[in-house]
Amino acid sequence: MPRLNSPKDLADTRLHIRQICREQHTVSPFIYVGMGTCGIAAGAGEVEQTIQKELSAHQIDAEVIPVGCAGMCAREPLVDIQLAGKPRITYANVKPSEIPEIITEHIINGNILTKKAYAQLPEHRHWLEKKSAAENLPSYHELPFYSKQIRIALKNCGMINPESIDDYISQDGYRALSKAVTGMSQEEIITEIKDSGLRGRGGAGFLTGVKWEFCYLAKGQPKFVICNADEGDPGAFMDRSVLEGDPHSLLEGMTIAGYAIGAQEGYIYCRAEYPLAIERLKKAISQAEQYGLLGSNILGTNFHFNLHIKEGAGAFVCGEETALMASIEGRRGEPRPRPPFPAVSGLWEKPSNVNNVKSYAMTPQIILNGSNWFKGMGTERSTGTAVFALTGNIKNTGLIEVPMGITLREIIYEIGGGIPKKKKFKAVQTGGPLGGCLPETALDTPVDFDSLTAAGATMGSGGMIVVDQDTCMVEFARYFLTFASAESCGKCVPCRLGGQRLLEILTRITQGGGTLDDLEEIQYISENMRAASLCALGQLTPGPVMASLRFFREEYEAHIVDKYCPAGVCKGLYSYEILEIQCRGCGLCIKSCPSGAITGSKKEPHVIDQRKCIQCGACYDVCNLEAITVIPKLETIEEIRTNN
Amino acid sequence: MASIKLTINGKSIETHSGQTVLEVAQTAGIYIPTLCYHHALPPEGACRMCLVEIERQRSLQPACTFPATDGLVIHTHSPEVEATRKFILEMLISDHPLDCMTCDAAGDCRLQDLAYEYGVKGGRYQDGFKHSYEVNDPNPFIQVDRNKCILCHLCVRACDHVNGVEAISVFYRGFNAHIGFGADGSLQDSPCEFCGSCVAVCPTAALSPKLASGKGRSWQVEKVDTVCSYCGVGCKLTLNVRDDHIIKVESTWDGPANHGWTCVKGRFGFDYVHHPDRLKKPQVRKYLLDGKKKPKSRNGKLWQWVETDWETAINITAEKLRTTRDKFGPDSIGVLTSAKCTNEENYLMNKLARQALGTNNIDHCARL
Ligand SMILES: Cc1cc2nc3c(=O)[nH]c(=O)nc-3n(C[C@H](O)[C@H](O)[C@H](O)COP(=O)(O)O)c2cc1C
Ligand code: SF4
Ligand code: SF4
Ligand code: SF4
Ligand code: FES
Repeated sequence: MPRLNSPKDLADTRLHIRQICREQHTVSPFIYVGMGTCGIAAGAGEVEQTIQKELSAHQIDAEVIPVGCAGMCAREPLVDIQLAGKPRITYANVKPSEIPEIITEHIINGNILTKKAYAQLPEHRHWLEKKSAAENLPSYHELPFYSKQIRIALKNCGMINPESIDDYISQDGYRALSKAVTGMSQEEIITEIKDSGLRGRGGAGFLTGVKWEFCYLAKGQPKFVICNADEGDPGAFMDRSVLEGDPHSLLEGMTIAGYAIGAQEGYIYCRAEYPLAIERLKKAISQAEQYGLLGSNILGTNFHFNLHIKEGAGAFVCGEETALMASIEGRRGEPRPRPPFPAVSGLWEKPSNVNNVKSYAMTPQIILNGSNWFKGMGTERSTGTAVFALTGNIKNTGLIEVPMGITLREIIYEIGGGIPKKKKFKAVQTGGPLGGCLPETALDTPVDFDSLTAAGATMGSGGMIVVDQDTCMVEFARYFLTFASAESCGKCVPCRLGGQRLLEILTRITQGGGTLDDLEEIQYISENMRAASLCALGQLTPGPVMASLRFFREEYEAHIVDKYCPAGVCKGLYSYEILEIQCRGCGLCIKSCPSGAITGSKKEPHVIDQRKCIQCGACYDVCNLEAITVIPKLETIEEIRTNN
Repeated sequence: MASIKLTINGKSIETHSGQTVLEVAQTAGIYIPTLCYHHALPPEGACRMCLVEIERQRSLQPACTFPATDGLVIHTHSPEVEATRKFILEMLISDHPLDCMTCDAAGDCRLQDLAYEYGVKGGRYQDGFKHSYEVNDPNPFIQVDRNKCILCHLCVRACDHVNGVEAISVFYRGFNAHIGFGADGSLQDSPCEFCGSCVAVCPTAALSPKLASGKGRSWQVEKVDTVCSYCGVGCKLTLNVRDDHIIKVESTWDGPANHGWTCVKGRFGFDYVHHPDRLKKPQVRKYLLDGKKKPKSRNGKLWQWVETDWETAINITAEKLRTTRDKFGPDSIGVLTSAKCTNEENYLMNKLARQALGTNNIDHCARL
């Protein structure tokens, strides 16, 4: 690999790569296989092997390109095929057994296998050549899942080969770095980022440009650029997707930050549970070093910047920036009070800048396209886009990037496709285990830092969990609380002990032992944890509980007063009953019941013997006619009747 | 250091930068309760007892770590702050054995004092889980009772920053976090040197001297300042004496040589004081006292040790030295001094050897 010693070298290389790519494309088709962790989990590895086998069987010379996550996790494995002069066609949920047919029809016969094709991407790699769109096949931007999305941090994810720096460069990669280090002063970069209004995507939403400026102005050398790639929220995979799908965008963003604040060393703190991300980061770093885009005299300037990877052992609290730095230093990952802020005294007590993966990944494009372009998206105080991992009881689970200010309703019903199995929406949790849930009445809340906080949840770093009517909100809150209190570092009293006492109260309520005084107690502990905890973990641990108590108080009261879990989740606090008018006597429930509690003759309404029922819920899940309902426990009903 | 002006509880204070809010308050005589703070160790901000309200700050801030800067307006006892402190104590007490009546630290326990001050009783979370760690560390000096630990990290800091041994760390997370030694084994098997610095700073009875267990509590002892007799460092020690017996040795912070720290011997090696074999007066062989010749038999009466006064003992020694020097020459005598002596004492021995005895045969044990 040649070293790139000037912006011109980079530009020439870009043109050269594109030229080669064009030439290659005229002779061999491109096949893209989604090989992010989600794709691999869905079986992309086997799919890729089958493709290779099939190609050699037919002696086809095609380029098989592994790509990162395109976001449609529910549709993995994804295989895209692009013939010269034709749009890139996506096949979804591809099974190995379907490969021969796809290859024969699409590559050998040159026809799109319409029954299996899912969508097309006519614009991708616009520099390749002009492409005519395929008829009758929706473009990505016409798919409901994509139509409202704008991809900045995820621009290249699922599109390019993350293990190829050439692929990144061909897509204008490192152009922003080139522009920054050869054409902009440190102050100009900081001003550009400040003007863009970019707020940190790690959760707290602090203005990135202002943070960089603090670090730039701080006295002391060396300075450090640190990327927070700890991503400890259960169910979150936004950062992982960027690391796996487009690692160079992070490297470029960090290098620009290094130049802006005057740092020569950077650390990427990535959880060891992300082996694929770490492997790709390592490859990306060594490729960038070979090109002279990292290391000494970057692009022939006298700016030097080195990047190191530090693997974290998977403690959620190590995502907190001061704990993260302690962990890099080799100490126990415990937060410490700020001030001093990392910008003044961070890693090894030197000025340090900590940002989230997405914050860095967005910077190259802000530098390239200007702050006005970025500000043009989103709302006034939350500019740009937000990345969410959409999970839970939702049709289109996956990774999305949306302009700030979009409503929860749009995300859930348009992008997410609504709630599956005709169930009713109940709540959406944003902000992960430190966030909060919002009810149906809040669905028109705009998704931005301030509106979500005002509504009672938080933006967090991008987890979005949708739950339906079958979720008990007390148990839901308890789940997050169990996580947060176990992940407390235990350093400060309010979090270490408050979290435990709160959890005990919630557990008691879900077991039917709660009292109405407990609700006051929840409030009391929560407020004090919020006011007195050292770091945001302890301050926000009560978040999910507070939000669910605020929006679903009646559910808490049902558990306490009626000893009844209306969602039918908390064991011992409900019974199942078959509604006579709904039941057609199909017998599915009889077959599903493991304890033989259901009887009834064919086409006659069935009944559940409450003495035999173990509340496993098998009949409830299997009934297609919604004939089985959750009711308070029969003994409890009788008790309440006799007491009145 | 720039001079700054700030306001605490309406009182305007002029001071210099480079201090924490707590330090400024303490100098100005304004009390802020603390648990994890110790003036001789770096602040940690862990217990949250010292939280104060600082105007224009989003949330309450720990006085022990917050830098005092110009223009701060601070309230140390606003109702919100006081309520929060009470909550913190309630939380601590909720996982604490309530046995002040048999606890060695009673009367000398920061947790007890603060619970008293804030009127916090046990019972609010009595159904909650309480730890019950075993109290069985086999080491001879330090009683380890994790049930009484409030995780202030003072012992950790003392061991790291004062002794530099790093024998103590925090293990596990959340409610299960606890202090441990070495790789979470016993203190006995850890790199601990038993300097007892951790015991000195522990605000409760989580780390306490085993020798003092059950022997008396702070109000029952007389405190006697002394200088350690073990070595020439001259650590200032404070003996806790009850019924004429030393039950515990403390090191006080105003000791000019040791600033509050001391070693295993000074802190725990005091049993010799009350040992029946201890010599309390000088002794000489009877034949010397009687002015007789050295007896041939070592079994006879004349060979026995007899107690005498200092005057007599020193005169006999001087006389023997003189006759030896005169008869066999100065180099027939050698002098060995001790690390137990101070510099000044060693200097005087040197004078005695070279000037009075006239020999250069002088050496020093250089160790105990
Ligand atoms: C318990 C806890 C966990 C956190 N985890 C992460 C994380 O995984 N990734 C992240 O970027 N920020 C995390 N943060 C936020 C960081 O402390 C910090 O604010 C962030 O990395 C700053 O980057 P930004 O300005 O780009 O958002 C966490 C904070 C807390 C309190
Ligand atoms: S709030 Fe929790 S996680 Fe944060 S420092 Fe305190 S104990 Fe540790
Ligand atoms: S006695 Fe000294 S060496 Fe041992 S643990 Fe305590 S502070 Fe450390
Ligand atoms: S043993 Fe004592 S000094 Fe150490 S953390 Fe516990 S209470 Fe603090
Ligand atoms: S004394 Fe300040 S937090 Fe403990």
